[in-house]
Amino acid sequence: MKRLTPYLLVLPSWIWLAIFLVVPMAAMASVSLQTGNAIDGFAMTFSFSNYGDALSRYSTQLLRSLLYGGLATVAMMLIGYPVAYWIAFRGGRRKSMYLFLLLLPFFVSFVLRTISWNFLLADNGILFGTLKGWGLLPEGFHVLATTFAVVGGLTYNFLPFMILPIYVALERVDPRVVEAAQDLYATRGAAFRRVVLPLSLPGVFAGVLMTFVPATADPINAAILGGTSNTMIGNIIQTEYLTNLNYPTASALSFTLMAVLLVGIFVYARVLGTENVLEAAAR
Amino acid sequence: MTGLNAIELEDVVKEYLSHGEVVQAVKGVTLDIAEGEFFSLLGPSGCGKTTTMRMIAGFEEPTKGLVKLHGQDVTNVPPNKRDVNMVFQSYALFPHMSVWDNVAFGLKQKKTPQDEIKRRVGEMLEIVDLTGREKRRPREMSGGQQQRVALARALVNRPRALLLDEPLGALDLKLRQAMQIELKRIQREVGITFVYVTHDQSEALTMSDRIAVMNDGLVEQLASPREIYERPATGFVAGFIGTSNLLTGTAVGGVLKVGDSRVLVPGHDGDVTVTVRPEKIAIGTEEPAPEMSVVRGTVTEVVYLGTYNSYAVRLSDSTDGTVITVFQQNAHDATATAERGDSVWLSWQARHSYVIGS
Ligand SMILES: Nc1ncnc2c1ncn2[C@@H]1O[C@H](COP(=O)(O)OP(=O)(O)OP(=O)(O)O)[C@@H](O)[C@H]1O
Ligand SMILES: [Mg+2]
Repeated sequence: MKRLTPYLLVLPSWIWLAIFLVVPMAAMASVSLQTGNAIDGFAMTFSFSNYGDALSRYSTQLLRSLLYGGLATVAMMLIGYPVAYWIAFRGGRRKSMYLFLLLLPFFVSFVLRTISWNFLLADNGILFGTLKGWGLLPEGFHVLATTFAVVGGLTYNFLPFMILPIYVALERVDPRVVEAAQDLYATRGAAFRRVVLPLSLPGVFAGVLMTFVPATADPINAAILGGTSNTMIGNIIQTEYLTNLNYPTASALSFTLMAVLLVGIFVYARVLGTENVLEAAAR
Repeated sequence: MTGLNAIELEDVVKEYLSHGEVVQAVKGVTLDIAEGEFFSLLGPSGCGKTTTMRMIAGFEEPTKGLVKLHGQDVTNVPPNKRDVNMVFQSYALFPHMSVWDNVAFGLKQKKTPQDEIKRRVGEMLEIVDLTGREKRRPREMSGGQQQRVALARALVNRPRALLLDEPLGALDLKLRQAMQIELKRIQREVGITFVYVTHDQSEALTMSDRIAVMNDGLVEQLASPREIYERPATGFVAGFIGTSNLLTGTAVGGVLKVGDSRVLVPGHDGDVTVTVRPEKIAIGTEEPAPEMSVVRGTVTEVVYLGTYNSYAVRLSDSTDGTVITVFQQNAHDATATAERGDSVWLSWQARHSYVIGS
């Protein structure tokens, strides 16, 4: 009995995983190999060709998703790092307030936030309409329905998930270690490059994981801000599932996306494994 | 020897603003530290030792006053441009770097040629006895080893002065004593000026050439360990350094007299405070010779401490119940000269009384 106790203790989490992860995944895997239609029903035929078909039909959207997700992640890194740095080192006694402000948008629904951007960026809306009225922008100028709008929306929506892990990593950097670097003849810039940045890379690593995956799979930003020419894989899956009722294709696409992301994460972790990152930075 | 002092502080004041209130951490410190000297800053917690040190290193700018290194005013020079290195209280090693990279850091920043870095880091690791551990990370090392990495990281740059902020604070007693000897040896070997911060008086006494005893943002006394021990300048110094007995009273014609007690203070008249070290006092049951300083009292406590006995004696002739501590060597036999409750005479030679501030 004693020896079983640890296993019994983790049992609830295993049951949880089984019910909410393994069972739906298995169901989806099975659907992805079926053929048929919504009216006559679907039957298991082990048609692996579902994958090939889906991929060849939607490879553009899949690649576009990876590109947009990547661009948004880079943008979040460039914006998020300075913000996290500023809160961690300059925030003083107001740190918790700044963190709260950062999370404040989450009190508004994701869709609503994105729609408000649609409203803000509208061709003749309050921002561009006014500027055009003053003659500061040409009449044809528009942002909505461009790559920029979608990547911008993704960046805005997932930014806190980039900032928080970086903040946590920076917060743990001992200021005396930075002083030690300066004491050992490092300029402020050199102390940042050699000490602060490498010590915060695990946070950046976590931030990238937490933003790249949901940004790549996100259907909402493309739907609301992207118009018709910026469709992402998330939109395709949604349409196939909810509109076309083509469950096998939707499932096959979902699995493909998941596989691509998992491989991506694995390669990323191998190439930039935290330990190696630190090693490289110490050179 | 250049004749210039390694470090000079001229009336340095440091004020902090904390919760809208001005806190004076250092209230006007003037110091000269000579080339090659082992200099200690000693004082209780919060007296301003670290703040003083940080101003020398350049992490804090003085509110007032000047900091000079080798005669040059560096008051507004940033730390990376000062030719002094610091060993931090918590070591502050770079956690993401190996021992080798930690030690090589300063030389790399100074763009020292590769082969010279290799040679000097290797030599330095040998001095601190860490050869063969170059590839370890700080967290894989013991406290004493980390301390030696911190020391090597600073010393390898051959700074004009090394600043050490309670570098042994985190070590246990045995390691501490071993490191004290080690530090002293390294200092002799490299001949660099050491400024050593500690709140441990025995550490300061054994290691230093000179000590500045600080209290509440001010230097109370700056002198050699012997001088500070034997001739404390203030009651604070006398009390802070070792166990010390304080007697106050009014001297008439060089004698402080109360009842049967007489404390000889040649050349002093009026209100005086006299200190006498516990180990200078003899304890006995017979009246001592007339040329001695003599007080009478009752033993309130006897503590056997191995090599010596410690007595607490309450003076019978003092109205405020002054208690005098006496150490008696167990030179002959372990039986105590007096028991609790015994009436005793305490005596010491006139030259062992020291009138504070004289
Ligand atoms: N950044 C700061 N802001 C406000 N007050 C400070 C600051 N740094 C130090 N002080 C105050 O200045 C005084 C001296 O501090 P300091 O750190 O120099 O003491 P210390 O002698 O090194 O003490 P310890 O032996 O405990 O290390 C303390 O009362 C401390 O509270
Ligand atoms: Mg201190």
